[in-house]
Amino acid sequence: MSKKINLKIDGIPVAVDEGTTILKAAKQLNIHIPTLCYHDDLCIAGNCRVCVVEMKGSRTLPASCAMPVSEGMEVMTNTLKVRTARKHIIDLLLSEHNAKCTTCYKNGKCELQELAAENKISTASFIDLVPHKNYQMDAYSPSIIKDDSKCIRCQRCVRTCEELQHVSALGVAYKGDKMKISTFFENPMFEVVCTNCGQCVNRCPTGALVERNYLEEVWAAIYDPDKHVVVQTAPAVRVALGEDLNLEPGVIVTGKMVTALKRLGFDSVLDTDFTADLTIMEEGFELLTRLKKALVDKDPSVKLPMATSCSPGWIKFIEHTYPEYLGNLSTCKSPQQMFGALAKTYYAQKRKLDPSKVVSISIMPCTAKKFEADRPEMRSSGYKDVDYVLTTRELAIMIKQAGLEFASLPESHYDSIMGESTGAAVIFGATGGVMEAALRTAYEVVTGREVPFNGLNITPVRGMEGVREVTIKIEGTVPEWKFLEGAELKTVIAHGLTNAKKVMDSVRDGKSNYHFIEIMACPGGCIGGGGQPIPTNAEIRKKRTEAIFAEDSGMKIRKSHENPEVIAIYKEFLEKPLGHKSHELLHTHYKERARH
Amino acid sequence: MSYSNLKRVDLIFDKECNPKEIIKNTWAKSNDQIINELLESGLKGRGGAGFPTALKWKYTAEQPEPDKYIICNADEGEPGTFKDREILFKVPQKVFGGMAVGAKVIGAKEGFIYLRGEYRFLLPELEAQLESFHEILKDLKIDFRIKIIMGSGAYICGEESALFESMEGHRGEPRNKPPYPTIAGFRSKPTVINNVETLVYAFMICMHGARKFKDLGTADSRGSKVFSISGDTPKAGIYELELGMTVEQFVEEFGDGDTKAVQVGGASGFCVPRKKFKETIIGFEGVPTGGSMMLFNSSRSMFNVLHNYLEFFEEESCGQCTPCRVGCQQLILGIEAVKKGERHASYLEHLQKLAQTMKITAKCGLGQSVANSFFSIVENFKEEMIY
Ligand SMILES: Cc1cc2nc3c(=O)[nH]c(=O)nc-3n(C[C@H](O)[C@H](O)[C@H](O)COP(=O)(O)O)c2cc1C
Ligand code: SF4
Ligand code: SF4
Ligand code: SF4
Ligand code: SF4
Ligand code: FES
Repeated sequence: MSKKINLKIDGIPVAVDEGTTILKAAKQLNIHIPTLCYHDDLCIAGNCRVCVVEMKGSRTLPASCAMPVSEGMEVMTNTLKVRTARKHIIDLLLSEHNAKCTTCYKNGKCELQELAAENKISTASFIDLVPHKNYQMDAYSPSIIKDDSKCIRCQRCVRTCEELQHVSALGVAYKGDKMKISTFFENPMFEVVCTNCGQCVNRCPTGALVERNYLEEVWAAIYDPDKHVVVQTAPAVRVALGEDLNLEPGVIVTGKMVTALKRLGFDSVLDTDFTADLTIMEEGFELLTRLKKALVDKDPSVKLPMATSCSPGWIKFIEHTYPEYLGNLSTCKSPQQMFGALAKTYYAQKRKLDPSKVVSISIMPCTAKKFEADRPEMRSSGYKDVDYVLTTRELAIMIKQAGLEFASLPESHYDSIMGESTGAAVIFGATGGVMEAALRTAYEVVTGREVPFNGLNITPVRGMEGVREVTIKIEGTVPEWKFLEGAELKTVIAHGLTNAKKVMDSVRDGKSNYHFIEIMACPGGCIGGGGQPIPTNAEIRKKRTEAIFAEDSGMKIRKSHENPEVIAIYKEFLEKPLGHKSHELLHTHYKERARH
Repeated sequence: MSYSNLKRVDLIFDKECNPKEIIKNTWAKSNDQIINELLESGLKGRGGAGFPTALKWKYTAEQPEPDKYIICNADEGEPGTFKDREILFKVPQKVFGGMAVGAKVIGAKEGFIYLRGEYRFLLPELEAQLESFHEILKDLKIDFRIKIIMGSGAYICGEESALFESMEGHRGEPRNKPPYPTIAGFRSKPTVINNVETLVYAFMICMHGARKFKDLGTADSRGSKVFSISGDTPKAGIYELELGMTVEQFVEEFGDGDTKAVQVGGASGFCVPRKKFKETIIGFEGVPTGGSMMLFNSSRSMFNVLHNYLEFFEEESCGQCTPCRVGCQQLILGIEAVKKGERHASYLEHLQKLAQTMKITAKCGLGQSVANSFFSIVENFKEEMIY
């Protein structure tokens, strides 16, 4: 038990653990102190100074987010001095700020705007500094738009990119009045090591970092009578979308979402989960094949450990940072891109559509998927396989634009074909999910029996620790996989690129002997993706994860290889996992990128 | 040179000093004895904040952590200060000596001198001097080494926590305090950071005992201090003077007969107008100074002086915190607007309130001290601000 510290905030006594900040102590008393640079997921910066409070005996007003409590401390959060200072600070921020809220993408979802509204900052009391600035807009990335004129320099993005992602694509440049958030040599974000993960976007309090939105493009496609618009929805969207539509975190909205998409006018509402199942088939067999080549054929060219490839932020990270390990990546495309390739081939054929008239849209928890869809490798159908990628947030905007009262929508089912899925596919949305889904299938292929875990729940791979190692012993193999009898399959799961780096470093330094690595670029996996509703924090991510596993256990079919549409597509079209057609449509290759 | 009413002191630059001897004698004493001697002397930090040196050493000594550091702050960036350069140039062995004693007291094996980037020309000689100093330590079997680290030209890197960041290879941005350096400084280990001059005085107190130092100065400002004197004066230069004089006494000695104001403590210090010369003591009880003394005669526009300082802060602010980064820009544009008649003179009061907010909410001493020159110039030279 840690030591308790007694203090008074606004005259109210409170006892908190040693090391607690004034901000958190006040929260225990339900006293709200406004903040801007503070974020639950990040280290303390203490730079915006919005959270200052009065502290008895102190000449200065300490920042409550950064000041630890001490015995006998007396804090006042609501004095004239505090109010004057706070107002000054908000005023100052606004004087540097291109405050055109009505045309700002974050209008109504902006922490600065909220603060200004709360403090009734009406007329600007200081000189407008914007005309004195040479603010830049970086709108070159397919994923992220950075508008310096909306930046309050809180450095949440910088801390995110450094602490959570170990990328440091964004940093602070210059000092004094010229201080700004920038990139290596001030290059546009798409030309630097940025992975497009969008974690910075998730934490930016203002409109300075936002996703590139494709709302108008998608509406145009919907309204075009000539076009057949198919939409796919990623597993993690259904457990988070509600948050942007007045529902609590952790509410599963799959059925309502499908209804909403139909009402928006999409011609066919399909599920990325279908190709998640397909990914498991392809990736599972890829792993088993690599193991066989390594163990039986003693083929020295086989690359192990094999790493998952469904997180495009992770892919770009490894392309920049560990290019010598590109051969270790599974060649499987992400479910989004498998879906895209099939939408304009298999699906178009089955539905007797001209693929040039098919527009393929995806709803993703992710901003990196926008970049991925633009990759030149992603045109195996002969067209751009996925035309536009929308984030969960953008879908919520469309639903509001269409005037739908989301909470009261009835539920409906995905269309067919490519709308059927399993519990294994849903859990792709959470860290460890791909591993669990792959194990459910691979173990059964190799042994003819289900994985020996209660109710198929491979609990050791679940959880929120950044890096989790799990070893599965394979026993009772069927003759074809006899060589795996008694083998211990060593796996590791990491989420957030800082953790990915730990895993890769240990691989590089020969400190581990994994067979299979699952990596998701975002904290918590896709449920914490860069395109998910804002705010995000550990508690919200936990609720979304619980919802994902609840969705899984509620599914009739929970193993990818039992998905009837997957069985059908192999029969009618792909023939077999890793077959010729699969290679053409479902697999890809990677490229080395500069380290800076 | 005659010093009619000021007492000239010669502790710092006095060459009659055998570092080896002093170190040997000091090592014969217990750490408590050394701390008590320093406490007795009343020595306060010469880098600006004036924290009692004995206590800084004591708190750091009390930390159980095995790795500790002592750092000499030679970033000397305050406008109008050039005394640390002179000390390092003339008596580097005394600086090293002070660091060695500090290291003994706190239990550090490594020390660093953070040298202002512009002082690179001192480096070859300093390295040579350091080598001979390390020989002394070797002879005496003292396990302590000093390394010189070059700064890269930002004023803010003189602020202790920004200095640690810079030394660790990061951007020079001040940290949140607490924790203070005595608990978590360089590499998050307990660290003593002292100004060049402070370290020399500490060493001199070890040599002469507390008495000699304590007998100089006033109750609040013990001892003497090295002043960097510049501006409208026929006697620009470096002088070691007893503390406790009034600005009037100072001006009598250093003025050109037409002094209208003295800026005590550089851009981050206070401007004393002629009418307050008599009552203002130079020291911790009046206007404290890190050593910079700038004299202005009646040919100078105090608007320009203030504008200059504000431009300095606007540029040298690290830019991380709102009150300092944006506040500086507003103060500059604000006084310009008043001067040009674009804003009413009462806007100055609005700006003073802003300066007050900066003083109490800025994250570090830089932003907090902008108000010093702003208030003291705007209040005392209001007409010059408006007309
Ligand atoms: C903006 C800023 C710049 C500073 N620059 C210096 C400097 O150049 N040299 C210095 O000794 N102290 C400087 N200081 C003070 C240091 O932070 C620190 O207090 C000092 O080095 C402690 O030494 P002392 O106790 O010997 O005075 C600066 C402080 C601030 C806020
Ligand atoms: S970032 Fe916020 S305050 Fe700024 S214009 Fe956009 S909505 Fe308004
Ligand atoms: S871009 Fe956003 S998160 Fe980054 S410093 Fe600016 S306002 Fe903060
Ligand atoms: S998108 Fe991700 S990698 Fe790119 S700057 Fe933001 S946090 Fe860093
Ligand atoms: S007060 Fe100025 S120099 Fe200090 S931390 Fe804030 S912006 Fe940086
Ligand atoms: S929230 Fe505390 S300083 Fe920004």
